[in-house]
Formats: sequence, structure tokens, C-alpha cells
Amino acid sequence: MKPAPFDYVRPDSLVEACELLAADEDARVIAGGQTLVPMLAMRLARPVRLIDILRLGELTGIREDSGSIIVGSTTRQAIALQDPLIRKSVPLLALALPWVGHPPTRNRGTVGGSIANADPSAEIPLVAVTLDAAIEAATPDDSVSTPADDFFIGPMLTTIGMGECISAVRFPVWTYKRIGVGFHEISARRSDFAFVSAAAQIATDEEGRCLEAALGIGGVGDRPLKLDISSLLGTRLDAKSLTEAVMAAAIDLDATDDLHATADYRRRVAVALCTRALEDARDGANGGEPRGVAR
Amino acid sequence: MKIELNINGVHCASDVEPRTTLLDALRDDFLLTGTHAGCEHGVCGACTVLLDGEPVRSCLIFAVQADGYEITTIEGIATSPGELSVIQDAFCETHGMQCGYCTPGMILTAHALLERTHDVSREDIVEAISGNICRCTGYGQIIEAVEFAADRLKKSNAPRRNKTAKIRSVGGHDAPERGILEAAADAPGTGPR
Repeated sequence: MKPAPFDYVRPDSLVEACELLAADEDARVIAGGQTLVPMLAMRLARPVRLIDILRLGELTGIREDSGSIIVGSTTRQAIALQDPLIRKSVPLLALALPWVGHPPTRNRGTVGGSIANADPSAEIPLVAVTLDAAIEAATPDDSVSTPADDFFIGPMLTTIGMGECISAVRFPVWTYKRIGVGFHEISARRSDFAFVSAAAQIATDEEGRCLEAALGIGGVGDRPLKLDISSLLGTRLDAKSLTEAVMAAAIDLDATDDLHATADYRRRVAVALCTRALEDARDGANGGEPRGVAR
Repeated sequence: MKIELNINGVHCASDVEPRTTLLDALRDDFLLTGTHAGCEHGVCGACTVLLDGEPVRSCLIFAVQADGYEITTIEGIATSPGELSVIQDAFCETHGMQCGYCTPGMILTAHALLERTHDVSREDIVEAISGNICRCTGYGQIIEAVEFAADRLKKSNAPRRNKTAKIRSVGGHDAPERGILEAAADAPGTGPR
């Protein structure tokens, strides 16, 4: 369990980090290292050079910018979890963050690191896809912004190119008055990899009719997926229409079949968790207590 | 690569290979073997130390990344050498350990929790230690120990601080002093000063 030797560089700026990445295809970014270090220890990854971006001030912090919340890529998960701006404006992320690892890993793990790792069962990529967030990356001389749904292309695979470094995640803020969120997950042990996770956000009007609804699932396919539940718009989100919408959206799901859970099991759990997440979101939007699972 | 760490209030310097984890640096270079090496890939929590007061897994951070940080290990939480902290004492009294392998990690995690607040519910404790695996106790007595310590700390009416206890024994640490272990002679670090 000892990593192979590597060079360690701590650049002074994001530009310098991108130049270092562009110069060497065997260079990797390290931030919190909560996924990369185990991979190095098991020698599943053997980069020649590690570029430590955790101390770059320009990459950390949470701020509001023209209708979005921008979370700097090296913002630690524990900081994001406690952040009042995220609780207020991106409540779905606040609800999902306690499911990310354990307190000690959240103290080091970063928001951008989870995005870059693109684990199909990870919670932060799921929230990003569900809310149509944009992944912003710096290049040596420019920057690119990619919709989260296009960014994740497979298990541990993203569209990030050579010389690019994720700088921030831009979460759109819903401006409706009544918004509710729901998040549910099934895993073998607390905070272990999710077999299935479901995230939902709903906005309703004063009469409880649905104005906008977003639903995403993780752990089922080879990347987080956003499901089409547009049939719910304008309805009062009664139990029957929720179930019908979820069944219609989940019927063709291409589920992973592995040692931990069969594809059938994953599909069945996906339907149940999606329904629960939508119910929580509906009740939250209609003024009920935000439910979620207390963690 | 040269690094400087503040370990348990003592300034320490060493020259480490970039691939040396903080865990290995603490154990091999600074001879602070109270930090236990368990799975070495971030699953078990036995190697938990406090980095600027917050619990982290020392096997998942390279020593070079910790350069300049304040680190608290199990050797640094007692008020003075030979004494036990309130939490350590509570673990003894409630039998919150058997083999003791997970105990330093458990105690440091509990220490960080109780530094924030003494008003902890059972759920808070379970959440705090959820990343630490114990294969002996079944966790019941560990949770009891933390509850017991929280109660004592609350009743002691002492201010919460000593994020890094300033212990200054002769060797600077409650750990083997240089020259005692043969290993110390070969250790690449300068050892505790």
C-alpha cells in the first residue's frame, strides 16, 4: 500500500497549473486526494507528476453571480456543507453533501475533486446533472464551460482535456418562491458507494401545482442520469401521477449489473427512491418540513 | 522535499520523499507511533489525526501536502505527560476499547467533536465516528465513552480550547526520544526537537 514515486509540484497560480498539465500527459491534479491517494496506494494510478492545486486561493470559495452559485473547485466538502449560501440557494446540494464520504474525508475532499473523479455513484456529480450545473475549466490561455450532462461520459470519464483544470461548478439558482428538495440513497454501509441514489427538486405555485421539476439518479448507469419528468408540470403532484411519471422515466433504464446489486434490483430501487425523493421535494415546496434523511 | 510541521505544538522539520504519506512521516520520521497504520487506503480511520483541529486520515494526505499545518496526534491531547485527557480517561472507564488499534483514531475524532460542542446527541457521535472502524467493541462502549466524556467536560465548566496541547516534555513529545530506538538513528527526519 505504498504509492510509486512521483514528482510533486505546488504551482503558484492556476495558469501555471494548466501549463504544467499541458506539458506532461502523465501529470495529474491533486486537491483533497481522497480518491486519488487510495488509487496511488493501490497503484491503480501511476502519474509521473502530481500538481497540488489545493492552496490556490483563486479556486476556493462560494459566491453568487448573476443567478448562479459558483462553487470553487477546491472548496472542501465540509465547508460547502456548512455554507449558508448553499443551504439557501442550492438546497439540493446541501441535502446531498452529508452522504458524501465521512466527516474526515469531507474535511479534505473537494467539490471539484468529486466532479473530476466522475464516479457513477457519487452524489455531487448527481446533483450537478440534476440541476443542469455547468462545469468550468481553465486551460493555459482560456476557459471552457460544459453542461454537467455532457461533461460526464462514462464511469470515471469526463470530457476534461489535456492542460485543463476544473476551476468551478456553477449551480443555477431557481427563483421560484416555493421550492422543495429530496434526496435518497441505498448503500451497503453508511456513506459507502451508492447502489442507487435519487435527487429531486420541485417548485410549486400557491395552489400546489408543479411549475418545474428535476429528477436525477446515480449509481444505476455508468454516469449520473437526468430523467424526463416533464409530464408532471401543471399537475398537483398526487401520488398516482408521481408514480406514473417515475415509471415512464425509469422503464428503459440501462442499469449496471454487478456483484453488489443486480440490474433488476437497481431498477426497482431506483423507482422507489425516485418516488420518495419527489414526494419529499413536493412536500417541502408545499410548506411541509424539509424531510430528507437526518444525517 | 523539505517540510516543516507543527506537531502537537512542537516545530518539526524533515526531508521526505513526495510519496511519503503523513502517516508514514509521523511514524517513521517523527517516531510518533501512536498513529496507527490500518488499511492505508482511507477506509478504516485508524490513522486519523487532527489537521488544524479537524480530523483527517493521515494515510490519505502526503506529508508534503501537510507542509506548514498544525497537526495533533494522540500523543498531543493529554494535558501533561503521563496524564490522560478526559476523553482518554472515559474510554478506559467505560471499556471503550479492546485491542486498542482503532482507539487513537476514535479518540482524536471524539476530541475534535467535543472541541466544537459538549452538547452532543448520540446521533452526533455516531455520525462523527462513522468513518472509524472498530472490529472488537461493536461500538456501543465507544459511543458510551464519548457521551461520558461530553458529560464530564460539560460539568467541569472548563473552557474548550487546547486544539493543540502544548506539551513540552524533555524530548518535546510523549514519544521515544532520539537515540532510544535504533530506528531513530536511521530515521531521515530530524525527529522531535
